[in-house]
Amino acid sequence: MSTVTAPVKTAKTRPVVSDRSRAETRLGQKLVAPAIVLMLLVTAFPMLRALYLSTFDYALTAPDERDFVGLSNYLTALTDPLFWQTTGVTVLYMVVTVAIELVIGFAFAMVMHRVIFARGVIRTSILIPYGIITVVSGFAWQFAFSFQNGFVNGWLPFVGDDFNWFGETGSAVVAIMVSEIWKTTPFMSLLLLAGLAQVSEDMIEAAKVDGATWTQRLTKVILPNMRAAIMVAVLFRALDAYRIFDNIFVMTAGAVKTESISFLTYRQTIEQFQLGMGSALSVLLFLSVLVVAFAIVKVFRVDLAQARQES
Amino acid sequence: MKNRIGLVVGCVLIMVWCLLPVAWIISLSFKSETAITNGSPGFFPSDGGGAGWDNYQAVWDNDQFRRAIFNSIGISLIATVLSVVVATLAAYAIARLEFRGKKAVLTIALAIAMFPVVSLVGPLFDMWRAVGLYDTWPGLIIPYMSFTLPLAIWTLSAFFREIPWEMEQAAQVDGATSWQAFRKVIVPLAAPGVFTAAILTFFFAWNDFVFGISLTSTENARPIPASLSFFVGSDPFNRPASLLAAGAVIATIPIVVIVLIFQRKIVAGLTSGAVKG
Repeated sequence: MSTVTAPVKTAKTRPVVSDRSRAETRLGQKLVAPAIVLMLLVTAFPMLRALYLSTFDYALTAPDERDFVGLSNYLTALTDPLFWQTTGVTVLYMVVTVAIELVIGFAFAMVMHRVIFARGVIRTSILIPYGIITVVSGFAWQFAFSFQNGFVNGWLPFVGDDFNWFGETGSAVVAIMVSEIWKTTPFMSLLLLAGLAQVSEDMIEAAKVDGATWTQRLTKVILPNMRAAIMVAVLFRALDAYRIFDNIFVMTAGAVKTESISFLTYRQTIEQFQLGMGSALSVLLFLSVLVVAFAIVKVFRVDLAQARQES
Repeated sequence: MKNRIGLVVGCVLIMVWCLLPVAWIISLSFKSETAITNGSPGFFPSDGGGAGWDNYQAVWDNDQFRRAIFNSIGISLIATVLSVVVATLAAYAIARLEFRGKKAVLTIALAIAMFPVVSLVGPLFDMWRAVGLYDTWPGLIIPYMSFTLPLAIWTLSAFFREIPWEMEQAAQVDGATSWQAFRKVIVPLAAPGVFTAAILTFFFAWNDFVFGISLTSTENARPIPASLSFFVGSDPFNRPASLLAAGAVIATIPIVVIVLIFQRKIVAGLTSGAVKG
């Protein structure tokens, strides 16, 4: 069994605390306890278990033949070109979708910020892709791109009527990205809209009076002032995009090298019952998400506390 | 004037972007099965290729699909209620009390919001089978709660921080009992936030796919997204597109209804959780 280490006791050397604040601390900790327990029960504990299982050659098809193999699962995964290829595809999904969403989402946010009529209608329509099930979005776009029953080939002038989008890697990746972008741009644009609302109108007006052109106002006044909001949106969406799974499952089932790292992990664990190898991939997936998060926070210097205007 | 035209064009573009695929899937759901098998490209059903309400009838008569709808509604609602209750307690503590470990709670919540869900399905699959939670409602409700708590806690604590809590004392000074002060003053002020968190939680649970496919095996607990993806029909190489579309439209109706009624609240909740407006 895996061992769960007890939470580290923090040193008891604190400045003198009043009874009142001690009681407040106790109440506070009591109130957050259920949430903490629930969150850790389904994440930290299984993750530790994955760490433990990943050192075994363990398949559910032969549960009795469980051999300790040390780090060899990791070695196998890391030396397999398939692992690096799926990681590459995943990063590609992440970079391209987030970049496009940022541009389109910003344009949408600008329109929603300025518009004074029909706000309810716009808000409703933008929330529909946000609320729709990803699987449904995947199906809708898969059928739209299908040459048998879809409309995309007929509408695009430079594509033959019988072009099979899911026949080769490039076009299949594009189709998956379209579904992903369609579904998540609204979320991006709402976050950016909130940031846009924080930019003071007076500053924009002042820049206008000083003779700044529209482009200058955008790049010198609006964008720098909503930097925090943009960074938060990018961080959230990038990590979400890195975990892409639903659309791939529905649209190609990982065929023609469209597999993402999440999908590879799922396939090993659930479809092939290789719990040992699957667990090693789970740990690697978890670590790579940490790396991506860390990289984004460092590169763009995201400050979440500042974005929430807290100290 | 030029600006106004630009705005109108922008609005039209937004609406086309958002609603075109929805219109497409509705249109697809009215194509007949024979038309789909023979291939019927084009946005609208061709002449004679329409099916009327037949696809909807067929989907509705499908026992698996009805069970999936029932599972999804039940599991999502229970997970939402439980998650919002737990999150309300935590968010109240975060917004109003000073205690050690507050920052740790927010950090854990943030870390879990970014957690790669798929990396959990292996160990959870194993654990759930060991404790008998595999393919049951609680087996899905528990992970849904864990993964919606971060969003709910962030949204709610942002809302709670804005509440003028002095009004509670003011009401008591005016002669209200503490229960009355809570019920008549604080509850109405906090309700919109709680409500928003509930809607966002429900969306998450309704949308979930990874847990849905990996922690269930029969219609005992399989939710709609998983059921739709397994709904292959007799020929796996030629999916019954129009039937699937009809199922997808039915699965989308609850979302559209919620969006239509609560759009203002959802937008407020989404933006306050991440960036305080």
